[in-house]
Amino acid sequence: MIEFLNFYLIPGLVLGSIYALGAIGITLTFSILRFANFAHGETMLLGVYITWSLVQFSGLHPLIVLPVAAMLTVLAVLFIDRAFYKPFRTSPTIMVVIASFGMMLMIRSVVQFIWGVQLKGMTQGIQRPMVFFDSLRISPKHVMIISATIVLMLAVHYLLSRTKIGKAMRAMSDSPELAKLTGIDTEKVVRMTWIVGGTLATAAGVFLAIDTHIDTNMGFKMLLPMFAAAILGGIGRPFGAVAGGLIIGVVEEISSYPWIGTEPLLNPGYKAGVAFAIMIAMLLWRPSGLFKGKVF
Amino acid sequence: MSVLELDAVVGGYGDTQILHGVSMKVDPGEIVVIIGPNGAGKSTAMKAVFGLLNLSSGKVSLDGEDITNMPPEQVVRHGVCYVPQTSNIFPSLTVEENLEMGAFVREDDFQPRLRELYEVFPPLAEKRRQTAGTLSGGQRQMVAMAKAMMLEPKILLLDEPTAGLSPKYRGEIFSIVKTVNATGTPILMVEQNAKQALKIANRGYVLVDGKNKFEGSGQSLLDDPEVAEMFLGGGAAA
Repeated sequence: MIEFLNFYLIPGLVLGSIYALGAIGITLTFSILRFANFAHGETMLLGVYITWSLVQFSGLHPLIVLPVAAMLTVLAVLFIDRAFYKPFRTSPTIMVVIASFGMMLMIRSVVQFIWGVQLKGMTQGIQRPMVFFDSLRISPKHVMIISATIVLMLAVHYLLSRTKIGKAMRAMSDSPELAKLTGIDTEKVVRMTWIVGGTLATAAGVFLAIDTHIDTNMGFKMLLPMFAAAILGGIGRPFGAVAGGLIIGVVEEISSYPWIGTEPLLNPGYKAGVAFAIMIAMLLWRPSGLFKGKVF
Repeated sequence: MSVLELDAVVGGYGDTQILHGVSMKVDPGEIVVIIGPNGAGKSTAMKAVFGLLNLSSGKVSLDGEDITNMPPEQVVRHGVCYVPQTSNIFPSLTVEENLEMGAFVREDDFQPRLRELYEVFPPLAEKRRQTAGTLSGGQRQMVAMAKAMMLEPKILLLDEPTAGLSPKYRGEIFSIVKTVNATGTPILMVEQNAKQALKIANRGYVLVDGKNKFEGSGQSLLDDPEVAEMFLGGGAAA
C-alpha cells in the first residue's frame, strides 16, 4: 500500500500537475483562438531552456528565475503570434493549425541549434526524500511542484473570475463574434491568452525538468498527454483541463502498478499510450469532455 | 439631424448582392421598425450599419459622421449597440458578467449604469449571479438588451428581439423596448411580428427584395391596405 503511494500515486499527482498546467494553455488557445496549438509543447521546451540558461548565468534556483524566464518565453510567443498566426486570424482554422505545426518543428530546431541536443539537468545532486510515519516518502521537489501548481491555479482562477480581461477571455471563448460586436478588444484578449498559456507552459516545463531532466524532445512528449487532458476536461474549461491533467497523470503512473500478481499491469514503456487511449475513448464517447466543453 | 441615416446602401456578402439601394433614417427618440418578407434584406440592412457587410456603394452616417464600412469594434465605440437575433449573450458568464462585458469599452465606473438597468430589468437583478445560459428565452433576450444598453448607446439596433418567444414574453419584450426608448435611446429594430411592432413604432419601413417598398408612420402602415394584405396577414383594421 505504502509502496503504491510512494512510487505510483504521488509521482502520478506530480506528473498530473505538470500536464494540468500545460493543458490550461491548450484549452484556452483552443477555445479563444479556436485552434489546436501543436507548438504548445515547444513553448514549454523553449521556456525550459531559457530557464536553464538563466540558472547557469545567475546560479539561482530555477523557481527564482522562473518569472523572468516565463516573461521571455511569453515575449517569444507573442512575437510568433504576431508574425505567424495573426495573418491567419480570419482564414480557415486548418491554416493556423498547420502554421502551429510548422512552428513546433521550427522552435525545436532553434532550441537544438542554440543549446545542443545532449541531456541536461536543471538541478544538481540528489535530494533525500522526507520520510513521514517511517514509510511515506515524499521528495521535497515533489512538494514544491505540487504547491507551486496550486498557487498558479489559484492565480488563473482569480484572473478568469475576477478581472475584466479574464472575464473577456471567457466571453470570447463563448463566442468570438459576439465579443467583437460587444466591443471587446479581441486582440488584447488574444495577447492575454498567450501570456497565460506561455507562463503556465514554462512553469510546467521547468517542473518537469526539475523532476526529471532536460532534453529537446520533452515538449513533444508532453504534447499528447496535454491534449488528452484538455479534451478529457472539455475544451474551454480550464479547470476541466486541470482535472483531466491530474487524472491522466495518475492513471499513467498507476497503470504500471502490479495490480494483478507481481508484474506491472502495463509495461511502463507503454505509459504514453494510456493518455492516447483516454483521448480516443473520450472523443468517441463524450467529445465534450467531463465538464461539457466545446465540440468543434 | 438624424441619429442614423442609410443613404442608397448597396451591398451583400461576398459576390451576393442583397441590398439594392436601401435608404432609411432614425431620428432622435424614435422607434423605427423594419418589416418585410423573408429574404428581403431586413437583418442585412441592420448589419450594414454595423460594419458586418461590405457596402459597394451608398453611405451610412451616425450623427452626421460617416461610418460606412467601419469595422464593428469601432462602430461600438462610436455609440451604436447591436443585439443579434441569436447568440446574443455569453452563456457561460453570469448575468452580471454579461452586463460588465457590455461595458467593456467604458473607461469610467459603470456601476451606476448597472444599477439603473437592474431597475429597468428587475428579473435580471434577481438572477445576477446566475449563469446566463440557464435562463429562459425571454430573460436571455433581456440580458442581451441590457448588455447592449450598458454603453448608453446613441442608438440601439435590435434584430428580431421576439423571435422564438412565447406570446407572453413577446409582449414583455415590446414593453421593455418602449421603456428603453422612453429613457431617450432611439431604436431601430427588425421584426417578424409586424403588427405588434408597428403599434409601438414611430415609423416603419417595408423592405422587399433589398429595396425600400413602403415607408410611413407605424399607424399609417398598419392602416395601409396593401401593406396589410402583404405583410400583416390581411385585414387592415387590426
